[in-house]
Amino acid sequence: MFKRILIANRGEIACRVIKTARRMGIETVAVYSEADRDALHVEMANEAVLIGPPAAAESYLVMDKIIEACRKTGAEAVHPGYGFLSEREAFPRALADAGIVFIGPNPGAIAAMGDKIESKKAAALAKVSTVPGFLGVIEDSKQAVKIADEIGYPVMIKASAGGGGKGMRIARSKAEVAEGFDLARAEAKASFGDDRVFIEKFIVDPRHIEIQVLGDKHGNVIYLGERECSIQRRNQKVIEEAPSPLLDETTRRLMGEQAVALAKAVNYDSAGTVEFVAGQDKSFYFLEMNTRLQVEHPVTELVTGIDLVEQMIRVAAGEELAIKQEDVQLSGWAVESRVYAEDPFRNFLPSIGRLVKYRPAKESCQDGITVRNDTGVQEGGEISMFYDPMIAKLITHAPSRAAAIEAQTHALDGFYVDGIRHNIPFLSALMTHPRWREGNLSTGFIAEEFPKGFSARVPEGEIARRIAAVGAAIDRVLGERKRQISGQMIGRAVIRERRRCVWLERTEIPLDVIREGEGFVVRFANPDGSLGQPHLLQSAWVPGDPVWEGTIDGRPIAVQVRPIPNGVRLAHHGYEVAVNVFTQREASAARWMKEVNKADTGKKVLCPMPGLIVSIAVEEGQEVKAGETLAIVEAMKMQNVLRAENDGVVKKIHAAAGATLPVDALIIEFA
Amino acid sequence: MKHILESLEARRTAARLGGGEKRIDAQHERGRLTARERIELLLDKGSFEEFDMFVEHRSVEFGMAKNKIPGDGVVTGWGTVNGRKVFLFAKDFTVFGGSLSETHAQKICKIQDMALKARAPIIGLYDAGGARIQEGVAALAGYSYVFRRVVQASGVIPQISVIMGPCAGGDVYAPAMTDFIFMVKNTSYMFVTGPDVVKTVTNEVVTPEELGGASVHATKSSIADGAFENDVETLLQMRRLLDFLPANSTEGVPEWPSFDDIERVDYSLDSLIPENPNKPYDMKELILKVVDEGDFFELSEAFAKNIITGFGRIAGRTVGFVANQPMVLAGVLDSDASRKAARFVRFCDSFNIPIVTFVDVPGFLPGTAQEYGGLIKHGAKLLFAYSQCTVPLVTIITRKAFGGAFDVMASKEIGADMNYAWPTAQIAVMGAKGAVEIIFRKDMDDPDKIAARTKEYEDRFLSPFIAAERGYIDDVIMPHSTRRRIARALAMLRDKKMELPVKKHDNIPM
Repeated sequence: MFKRILIANRGEIACRVIKTARRMGIETVAVYSEADRDALHVEMANEAVLIGPPAAAESYLVMDKIIEACRKTGAEAVHPGYGFLSEREAFPRALADAGIVFIGPNPGAIAAMGDKIESKKAAALAKVSTVPGFLGVIEDSKQAVKIADEIGYPVMIKASAGGGGKGMRIARSKAEVAEGFDLARAEAKASFGDDRVFIEKFIVDPRHIEIQVLGDKHGNVIYLGERECSIQRRNQKVIEEAPSPLLDETTRRLMGEQAVALAKAVNYDSAGTVEFVAGQDKSFYFLEMNTRLQVEHPVTELVTGIDLVEQMIRVAAGEELAIKQEDVQLSGWAVESRVYAEDPFRNFLPSIGRLVKYRPAKESCQDGITVRNDTGVQEGGEISMFYDPMIAKLITHAPSRAAAIEAQTHALDGFYVDGIRHNIPFLSALMTHPRWREGNLSTGFIAEEFPKGFSARVPEGEIARRIAAVGAAIDRVLGERKRQISGQMIGRAVIRERRRCVWLERTEIPLDVIREGEGFVVRFANPDGSLGQPHLLQSAWVPGDPVWEGTIDGRPIAVQVRPIPNGVRLAHHGYEVAVNVFTQREASAARWMKEVNKADTGKKVLCPMPGLIVSIAVEEGQEVKAGETLAIVEAMKMQNVLRAENDGVVKKIHAAAGATLPVDALIIEFA
Repeated sequence: MKHILESLEARRTAARLGGGEKRIDAQHERGRLTARERIELLLDKGSFEEFDMFVEHRSVEFGMAKNKIPGDGVVTGWGTVNGRKVFLFAKDFTVFGGSLSETHAQKICKIQDMALKARAPIIGLYDAGGARIQEGVAALAGYSYVFRRVVQASGVIPQISVIMGPCAGGDVYAPAMTDFIFMVKNTSYMFVTGPDVVKTVTNEVVTPEELGGASVHATKSSIADGAFENDVETLLQMRRLLDFLPANSTEGVPEWPSFDDIERVDYSLDSLIPENPNKPYDMKELILKVVDEGDFFELSEAFAKNIITGFGRIAGRTVGFVANQPMVLAGVLDSDASRKAARFVRFCDSFNIPIVTFVDVPGFLPGTAQEYGGLIKHGAKLLFAYSQCTVPLVTIITRKAFGGAFDVMASKEIGADMNYAWPTAQIAVMGAKGAVEIIFRKDMDDPDKIAARTKEYEDRFLSPFIAAERGYIDDVIMPHSTRRRIARALAMLRDKKMELPVKKHDNIPM
């Protein structure tokens, strides 16, 4: 076994590999760019080597620098993680030349699977099922209909030279094929100057299902079940799970055996993934093979109990696989969410900046439920513009799918990030989505369920009551402490009423709240004035805690707490709402208050100080959201970021980069 | 007997109605509360004890003899906020527009006298139309009585003014001399002369909001220390503020049980200072991570943002925080920032509130605008304020402490008790570039030499260690242990005793 390995990657995957290496007693070497000096993977490794400037092309992607770092530190092997150099055939070759072991497949396997056409050919040879179609030149619509009849409907007619949906049409009958063929050809000619089209089976509501395979250098290959990754946004996976709610034992075995056949055909000797597209009828067709450790590998690890990184290291060191196919048992269900620094309320714009607060869900393993958080950042760290905006992968495992989703929902509720925008509200909304919970998935899920994107939602019903109850309990704790301030008058106890009127924004929820031992009892008031059933809230929350972690009627609940004037902003299940807990007289006074329309203070952006315009980040006519960067002004040798105060459209830009402006000079005007 | 007793309740009911239902409704229509409703929200339930409910004016001019309403336009009394006594008067806009008459002034004076005697804070809620013109000089004199009492109580008990409607003419000067002024956004304004007079005298056309709304006074004029969305938010925030304030100048700060461990360390602070010395960072993050439970009551938040002032707690006890804000103007000291911080420091010192100062200051802002505007004297106010402090002063230099601004920002030499620096601190007369250009002027033509000199200067001076070697700072501390170190320093200084030479009063450069 290796004494020391180098991880040619950063972020969560570097940390992930280091953890396993550590457990195996292997020393680790991290590499880092100038932007990652204080990164977690650098801190975790036994040794770290600076390999260049922030841009990946000048650091993480430079093979020579990685090899030099190995030489310098005596690392015997390199784990590439995913992305960067992981699927470059040249990398294992270069390492081999330097006498260093690549913890991944042999270069031949990478090459065989790297080319989309070649890999499909190899798959066909290995008798892996591929999407039925006709790749030759089709003469006329008659031939097209004949081909379509053979394939079976519906079919897709596609321009050979095409892309981006142009010259692409779906036909569901002979007549549609005949008509569509001519149209597709004309369109192809007009768009690409090439009228060749081909026909293949169109898979309705396709699902993305992939098989994890594991091979060694002794010809053994096994499969470790499947993962379903149908919840994607613009081809980027968002949620993954294992196993797939679609598959049965037979289909699983069929897919697994085909994946193994393909892997054997290319002498695959590490962890890899064979991706399939699957129809709702459990038909499945080969898409491509990824010759690396996948981002979503943890869900497989949790249902199989096998550490894939450990297996990769062992087989790279020449060991024979100790696991036989019959040893592989899938147990329970695992779900993974990818936490990204992307603002779901602003069309998933990447968000960069300092992680002012970062309190991920606590990792745990109890009562059959596992919570795992693969992360590469820590509080006070920086999400920079140079790399992938992924912050963490949150994985939960439980005996059933429903329990794993429930655990995931709860863990997301407690995942607290401040300083940058992130997609946790969106992940929470997905986790509680009834269609997801039913397992009725397809790769079109997000586009179908969120056609207009994601926007802030107003809590209603049960969720609203739950948030109101937590708000009341928080207010109660704060109130009790206020009663303990020094300097109070003697002999006059402050009266505390149990009735509270909780406002979620301007929705009023009247309730009674009292303390009972360590907990609180909340009863909601009915419209007729009577009180509902008592609900028992228990929590060890104290002021300053970012998450109210506790139970309502025994059910675990996590609610994020952020202070606002006279209240708290509570976030739960993807809802976020300003909560004011009023007494009755405060509430009756608050009803007189006018809702303020945001004044037009943000119409003009003025130079806040005499300084130099470094850059203008927007263009005339551009729509901007509150908080977006508008311009950077340098003054006193410091760069100051001017941000939009409100949403709006840029009407006119009055200053250009490089201009020196006096204070209050007009920079940008909004319409 | 019974009917005699019942007549009291009848008179009370009449008095509580103030200017009558119609006027009360009109007040609500404007999104404003009545004087009594405001008092109800500000005080603990059932704690209000009213004075002079039946007082009526004695004016007979212009038909006033027939126009009397009990209370005469102001509600006065006392009650408690979280069990601690406060005195207050609330102008009643429904009664003669809250205008000030001779008797109205007498009611306020009575409560002012009582607050001073009882050594408890006094709060004025303003919603008033100025002097009652029908009373002439009697009203003007009334103002003077009130003014003089404000001044006499200054520095003895906290005085807070809350502007919740119009506040014009003579009414503005009592608030102006109190410790804090808060305003309600969109529904309150204050000015010496209103838009009509402005138009007559200067031909300037201006709306009340543009002339003296919260948006003006909280950001441009610095008259207001804060502005809130509406009456309810404002009054509840006043309750929050009172929880930070001592009752008077001798009692000391209030204390409550803290849920935040004073030994808590925060490793994220170790990466607060960016690698690039020209990149700003948010000083508020440091404050929020140091104070108990992240609870910070900021004052003058929207004015002179290059310096932060406000109250937080350490170990459950109130602390005043002053901090340069590198996010705005690089945290430079200019006239506005100096004035803002100076007034805050003096408030804290008056009421025995310890002050923690976070320093990241590149110097004073250069330029004609500043010099013509009297930067020397404004800067001197802050220097004076810190130099005369007898309360515990703890100073932490996080990054830059350059030039005269180093001295001003609660340096050891002007009287701070504990001065710490982070390892990232740079304590010097100026930054490297400026310094090298002066010291090595003859080498200016040789970029290599200048680069070498700059490096030399940076290594030698842009660190906390020269200051530490000479004892100008007491220790260099890790950022993550800042809260713990401040808590220990404040605990050690809790019984600090310092006396200034006997004098009538000082002569701060006003």
